[in-house]
Amino acid sequence: MRITHWLTFIAFVALAVTGGLIVISHPRFYWGEVGNVNTKPLFVIPIPASRSTVPTGYNYEMPDENGWSRYLHFEAAWVVVLAGLVYGIYGLWSGHFRKDVIPARRDWSWRAYRDRMAKYLRRAPPDGAEERSYNVLQRTAYVVVVFVLFPLIIWTGLAMSPSFTAAFPATVELLGGRQSARTIHFFASWLLLLFLFVHVAMVALSGFRKRMRAMITGYAREREEGR
Amino acid sequence: MNPISRRKLIYGGAAAAASVGGLAAADRLAKRYGLIPPDGSGVYGSGETLTYACQRLLTTRTAVREFPRSMISKNPFANAVNPPNAAFKQLQAAGFKDWRLVVDGTVARPMSLSLADLKGLGLQSQITEVACEEGWSYIAEWIGTPLSAVLREAGVLPQTQYVVYTSIEEGGWDSIDLRDASDPHTLLTMGMNDGDLPVPFGGPLRLRLPRQLGYKSLKYVNRITATDNIKKFGKGLGGVAPEYGYSWYAGI
Repeated sequence: MRITHWLTFIAFVALAVTGGLIVISHPRFYWGEVGNVNTKPLFVIPIPASRSTVPTGYNYEMPDENGWSRYLHFEAAWVVVLAGLVYGIYGLWSGHFRKDVIPARRDWSWRAYRDRMAKYLRRAPPDGAEERSYNVLQRTAYVVVVFVLFPLIIWTGLAMSPSFTAAFPATVELLGGRQSARTIHFFASWLLLLFLFVHVAMVALSGFRKRMRAMITGYAREREEGR
Repeated sequence: MNPISRRKLIYGGAAAAASVGGLAAADRLAKRYGLIPPDGSGVYGSGETLTYACQRLLTTRTAVREFPRSMISKNPFANAVNPPNAAFKQLQAAGFKDWRLVVDGTVARPMSLSLADLKGLGLQSQITEVACEEGWSYIAEWIGTPLSAVLREAGVLPQTQYVVYTSIEEGGWDSIDLRDASDPHTLLTMGMNDGDLPVPFGGPLRLRLPRQLGYKSLKYVNRITATDNIKKFGKGLGGVAPEYGYSWYAGI
């Protein structure tokens, strides 16, 4: 299972970098079905573009990296989808989602969140149960990433495929159109990046070397953690 | 740390053997059913092949997205094109009445068609979106003759696998598989929004392929070549786009 984590990590970094390079070719975003330099944008990223046809106001053209970026973007997307399938099936079958990811019933309250947040702010050490599994804040973050953001970013990505949407037009119509899908895809990628930064910061705070050893070898403590 | 248990070893070995066997079988099947794109090798080959194979298995022979007339873009964007060459300018001066579309390759009856001949094979119209790989898009009405009608007229021979299409522009060529070529939505377009197709949008003749990104809709098409061996063309990657590093299959 740890292998799906690391495959996803490598693929996500590739996706984020190539996604950024692709955006540079047209750093304008729209809402609805269509959008181009002759239509009003929803917002514009104030950077020079890698194509001369986009009026950015800068007298400078960025290097165009779309060719290999697009090849790598879609290949890395396959890695995420396939690793996600393995992880999803394993998570359901082993009970990992039920036991470790979905917040426990008794924690479905604002109080639980407030208490755990206060504990973080006091920098109190984790208690016994938390040593073995995740606390309510961690679980909530993982639920959002695994069950909301990754499915959303895959969906909005597919909603930009002319061939896929020809076969399944509802996938893009539900989002309000092709350009809406692109804009949602962009924001979902920022939320995933935000998660990555916080996730890495938390790992660093709780002992980078110990956590990395655990996530690479699978042996966190003296006894075996189980697969 | 625990040693690897015997059970784990057996399971792992079985899984590895199944994977290798599965991959070999998948490779044979993919080759037989034409699921490997011309640029399906190299570093990005596996991703391209997965995409192309899945699209072929899941999304062939469906309709394309068509839009109501009210959604036609008022001010469509014509992407930059190279300055026209002398041959184009000469044809343009005569109002394109001497424009010819040569049809050759693995066909029973090679031919050369004028725009009027093409129109004689039947016109169709569709309101579809052009989506550029950069991210922008617009909707227009496109009027033209289905490529399938031309291929029927020329009599495509059974060994044909790809249709290569070439632009009057130096070095402009691309190709599609026979399934996309025989799709009724693949149009040799001569009109746009109730007028003649303007030159900046590819007039007098553009191959419109609404199932794939804009760069596959080649402008100024003057030759159609059916073939059983795509490797014979250019660097063997199926088009000039992959030679510049862009994927051959742009249905994503």
